[in-house]
Amino acid sequence: MLKLLRQSPLSARIGMGIVILNILVALFAPLIAPYGETSVVGDVWESSSAKFYLGTDHIGRDLFTRMVYGARNTIALALLTTALSFFAGALLGLIAAVKGAWTDQLISRAIDIIMAFPTLIFALMILSVIGSSIPNLIFTIALVDLTRVYRLSRAVAMDIEVMEFVEAARLRGEGLWWLIRHEILPNALPPLIAEFGLRFCFVFLFIASLSFLGLGLQPPLADWGGMVRENSGAITFGIFIPLIPAAAIALLTVGINLIVDWFLHLSSGLHE
Amino acid sequence: MNNLLEIKNLYLEAFYEEKWQPIVHDISLELKRGEVLGLIGESGAGKSTIGLAAMGYARQGCRIASGSINLDGVEMFEASEQELRKVRGSKISYVAQSAAASFNPAHRVIKQYAEAPVQHGLMNSAKAEKEAIELYRRLFLPSPEKIGYRYPHELSGGQLQRAMVAMAMSCKPDIIVFDEPTTALDVTTQIEVLAAVKEITEKMNKAALYITHDLAVVAQVAHRIMVLRNGRLVEVNETRELIKNPKEKYTRELLNVRSLRENKKIHDKMDVILDIKDVAATYTGDKNVVEDIDLTVRKGRTVALVGESGSGKSTVAKIITGLLPANNGSIKFLGKELPRKLKDRKKDDLRRMQMIYQMPDTALNPKQTVRKVIGRPLEFYFGIKGKEAEDKIRQLLVDIELDPDHYIGRLTTELSGGEKQRICIARALAAEPELIICDEVTSALDQLVAEGILDLLQDLQNKTDMSYLFITHDLATVKAIADKIVIMLQGKIVEQGEKKEILTPPHHEYTDKLLASVPEMDPDWLDNLLEQRASTFI
Repeated sequence: MLKLLRQSPLSARIGMGIVILNILVALFAPLIAPYGETSVVGDVWESSSAKFYLGTDHIGRDLFTRMVYGARNTIALALLTTALSFFAGALLGLIAAVKGAWTDQLISRAIDIIMAFPTLIFALMILSVIGSSIPNLIFTIALVDLTRVYRLSRAVAMDIEVMEFVEAARLRGEGLWWLIRHEILPNALPPLIAEFGLRFCFVFLFIASLSFLGLGLQPPLADWGGMVRENSGAITFGIFIPLIPAAAIALLTVGINLIVDWFLHLSSGLHE
Repeated sequence: MNNLLEIKNLYLEAFYEEKWQPIVHDISLELKRGEVLGLIGESGAGKSTIGLAAMGYARQGCRIASGSINLDGVEMFEASEQELRKVRGSKISYVAQSAAASFNPAHRVIKQYAEAPVQHGLMNSAKAEKEAIELYRRLFLPSPEKIGYRYPHELSGGQLQRAMVAMAMSCKPDIIVFDEPTTALDVTTQIEVLAAVKEITEKMNKAALYITHDLAVVAQVAHRIMVLRNGRLVEVNETRELIKNPKEKYTRELLNVRSLRENKKIHDKMDVILDIKDVAATYTGDKNVVEDIDLTVRKGRTVALVGESGSGKSTVAKIITGLLPANNGSIKFLGKELPRKLKDRKKDDLRRMQMIYQMPDTALNPKQTVRKVIGRPLEFYFGIKGKEAEDKIRQLLVDIELDPDHYIGRLTTELSGGEKQRICIARALAAEPELIICDEVTSALDQLVAEGILDLLQDLQNKTDMSYLFITHDLATVKAIADKIVIMLQGKIVEQGEKKEILTPPHHEYTDKLLASVPEMDPDWLDNLLEQRASTFI
């Protein structure tokens, strides 16, 4: 592992640097932030100064503080959601591939139904029915997102499932769980992990767009997508404040994708 | 006469383990017009690499390190990419092992034929198609006027391979490189392709490099044979001379592999392990792919199930293992009736019947170590774990003649083909079975490696008195190890009996054809056979 890290290309190192920085900021938010998350400390849209590193937002809260707490909320939410959608989506996909027949039909058709709706509209629909709390948000986005993960894991697992070593395990009399856990999953992992990185970014942007529409994290909690929306009015006055959280989203997305690229390169290289 | 192709002191290198390492050492060869040179050796001998180098081409990750390749006055080593393009196709062309993979499935065969000559500006496509039809006729393709207008999937493997040979001829090259053109084919279709190769080299006076691992095949077409091993020259000589007095030990080994082994008698009193009666099965639900299968395997004996691809022999294995439930008949195993479906069978019945596959690469999980592969059946069937399992695994590795210290912790991807197949055998042995079904277990392996596997299986049978059901299309294997032979054609058994009985005339008509199609280590064998067939047609 260490050896692998030492051989990593520059792009992957930059990616790791960005991600680690973000995680550190998220973990130590209360220590880093100079003010409280929701406290109003200055005038509306003050420009940056020694007192407010990045200026203040539309009701006079310190933007730097909001960015720091926003990292915590946004990243934690995206991570939880992606983990949930991956666990459920990949598991369902593997089960469908191994069991086949009507199990596969049942799961696949159910997934097709969810996929028939545009994702954003589907999420908006559910959230407006069940309300926009954090657990609901996680559940809804995970549900929308697991359809894509399911498709991928089922397709990958189907290719592996026809290999003779799986047949050999079946002939041995192995059960479903062993087939999934020991024969198929280890071989399906590289594409799934690569997809995880990409999905993480999508979820991230999805939360941002939900927040932008007002159905994401509710104020006064800070999150980057919401901050773009709250401060969007500033653009008309030629103040660049909404661009700062937008840039943070873009930066983290780029960072994660740099790592994913490296991982894809590694797993394809090892497979030859 | 001048040499058409001259390779002098050729060294090739490949990039692996982070440095350039030599894979072909100091090879020199020359080829005159109308001459066929056979390159023979096991995989990794460097024969394909040399064949490609003759075209001035090195595979990705390989490079031509030093030496000279002179093709009819052009120095390929120094030629620019543009010059090489001109030479390739028009002066020298290549026939790959798998025609099925080399044709574009989206275009008609004859259009692909016309592509190269039109590209090189030699003729327009109408003329090219006319020439194609003429060539198809000369290569004995059925209805030559029409066959080219089919799509590749509408042709059989042997026909495709011949169409590929025709395609290689499209720009009228002086030299053709044949890279294992018959390896993927059945013995009966192999003859057609060999006849086509002979037609081209002899009657059209072309030179050829013929690359193969099968000495009996190359003896039919080559004037001279070059034996290679690990990228080095072992021996080169005139074909007849090489077969009559091989100088090197390795050549002798290659020549000797087709020897018969002693036949074990089958008595009616011996225990019946597997008894199949009147079995039939279908994939689609309407038409049976195999029918009326009756088969008996006795204790300690080997039954060989022989047939061409598509004859339904692998389907029979699927029925026996329960992967494809039979829709008729009975399967008795160790005196008890077996449920038709795999799901309904008892764990202990599964244990007693193990399977070894054709492709060891796909039969082993690439993410597992040898320890896990062999250890799992021990744990699953017998509940053996920890230290006891470790000892047992080591013992099994010794049984299959691999050094435990060296192999036990390795990933399956770090093994060679032969070693993988041995691990597959160990996995089957770990279950202590009564019957092992071997599905083409040697056909993906080199001749000598395959020989080692057959030896090992033979030894194990002598020690443990297991029974084998051997599914194969390779009659040389059958002759070597079977006690009883069952011959299948189009989903039915056409003949079965003890080995001696089947191999001595009179045969069933199909058995006769099958037996006659196995190449013999005699340079005149193909000519005689073709003459014989021609005369029977008249």
